[in-house]
Amino acid sequence: MNPQIVRLVLGRLGVALVTLLIVSFVVFAATQMLPGDVVEILLGQAATPEAVAGLREAMHLNDPAFLQYGRWLIGLAQGDLGMSYANNLPVAGMIGGRLANTLMLAAVTAAVAVPVALFLGITTAMHRGSVYDRIVTTGIVAVISVPEFMIATLAVLVFAVWLKWLPALSFANDVTSLAEMLRVFAMPVITLCCVISAQMIRMTRAAVIDALTMPYVEMALLKGASRRRMVMRHALPNAIGPIVNAVALSLSYLLGGVIIVETIFNYPGIAKLMVDAVATRDLPLIQTCAMIFCLGYLTLITLADIIAILSNPKLRK
Amino acid sequence: MHTKAFWPTPRRLGYHMNWIGLIAATVVCFWALVAVIGPMLSPYPPGEIVDFDYYGPISAKLWMGSDYLGRDIFSRVLMGARYTVGISLAAVCLACISGVVLGMTAAVVGGWLDTGLSRFLDALNSIPSKLFGLVMVAAIGSSIPVLIVLLGVIYTPGAYRFARALAVNINTMDFVTVARARGERTGYLVTREILPNITGPVLADLGLRFVFIVLLLSGLSFLGLGVQPPNADWGSLVRENIGGLPFGAPAVLMPSLAIASLTISVNLLIDNLPVKIRDRSE
Repeated sequence: MNPQIVRLVLGRLGVALVTLLIVSFVVFAATQMLPGDVVEILLGQAATPEAVAGLREAMHLNDPAFLQYGRWLIGLAQGDLGMSYANNLPVAGMIGGRLANTLMLAAVTAAVAVPVALFLGITTAMHRGSVYDRIVTTGIVAVISVPEFMIATLAVLVFAVWLKWLPALSFANDVTSLAEMLRVFAMPVITLCCVISAQMIRMTRAAVIDALTMPYVEMALLKGASRRRMVMRHALPNAIGPIVNAVALSLSYLLGGVIIVETIFNYPGIAKLMVDAVATRDLPLIQTCAMIFCLGYLTLITLADIIAILSNPKLRK
Repeated sequence: MHTKAFWPTPRRLGYHMNWIGLIAATVVCFWALVAVIGPMLSPYPPGEIVDFDYYGPISAKLWMGSDYLGRDIFSRVLMGARYTVGISLAAVCLACISGVVLGMTAAVVGGWLDTGLSRFLDALNSIPSKLFGLVMVAAIGSSIPVLIVLLGVIYTPGAYRFARALAVNINTMDFVTVARARGERTGYLVTREILPNITGPVLADLGLRFVFIVLLLSGLSFLGLGVQPPNADWGSLVRENIGGLPFGAPAVLMPSLAIASLTISVNLLIDNLPVKIRDRSE
């Protein structure tokens, strides 16, 4: 392999690691800003000063902030996520099953959205300027400019209120059959698909259009290749890198969407857990959820960058 | 005396805008006006229960129906405009001013300041905005000044990146080299040589960032973490009345439409800005 590629990829991974460290620092610093004493929140107003002092000592709250930060980081790396303030359960146990739920939602969404978005992106680029292209691109602008919760409410209105195909709210707890699972997943997946495929279509379309302006595509046109052959055989293989990059980048939009969608549809995932934790100010839970989300996000955007590096023909030998 | 042929119309000056842009500009101006004088126009006090029927339909008395307590949605949307537009505008100004100042300075000064600042802000940029908002609101609560500063901080890295990229291009121009050779200070270079040449694109970027901020603020309010009762922005109005969704109540539709009309119009306005303003750097 080209040593330059290896160096670039390693450099990108290094940047991702440093970013993760800075993110962990920001998350930790933010939770230190909490007005009021954690111990007093935990023990309530009636606690004796001795009890407060004892718990402070037990929770290492008297140590300097950087020591606490180091201890938290090491614990995180070892899988010790601390105890929830709200109900004194280990955070790891609360997160486990819910993380699987969220990942399943994300996987189903990606499986539906990616093929649809690629198809729409490539065909709109092929028929650029046509009525079809204009309808799709206008739709994309509309989807990108409205908040995610509006797409969700619109989906509820159309599919549950007017068409009456699906229930307005879904709970994944009591799923017994495949049909029921489909009904539960349908609405959140439709909403999330709209949110991420808008970006994906836009970027795929741009990548293909970019490839179509290349001289070799003009050559293919001049030698009499059909439009389909021009796109499929000549332009597309060279646009694969940017397209995969676009897919990875758009998948990172799942994150913002998932927070809203899980809340509105009452889906028992990790984002709902985090929003609830914010309402009760359950710091260990918030910290862990935030780190998991940032890790997922960073993985996706780092992956997108590495794919872009690997697919750059200028770096090939 | 000018003859008619030499009269400088917008078209001749390059400030012509197509009809989509004009419609979008009208909607944006309309909401800006409502944000300023809206409460004077409202038929009822926004906090007062005026109807016994909750989630009431559109009627001659209540133009946009009633909410979950029987309050007038029209008055509440007018009041909400003030919070949505006001907070977002303040935050976007904060983000763009700090981003542009830092970006221009980094481009002109260069060296370790540029590298350090860029790396740090890039790291901030790779925290997803909604998540950053959630963590910060959990930590410091959500009063209106906190929301403004928070949204401003979240979108500063993006504004910085954009302004720095523009300023780096301008920085290589001959007139900047000449000014440097004259011995001008950094402050002069930034304000007199760089700034006037990036104003157009920076303003367009401000518009796009305004949309992002409106979306994030509405999202936070929808989660119940943004503007707190008794005040309500459009996102909070949707949240309050989400119970009316199964009946398709206007109480949940109208605030949503208000958000959509504002954000889509700003996007269309930016897309259709006169070329002379938008692409001055190219």
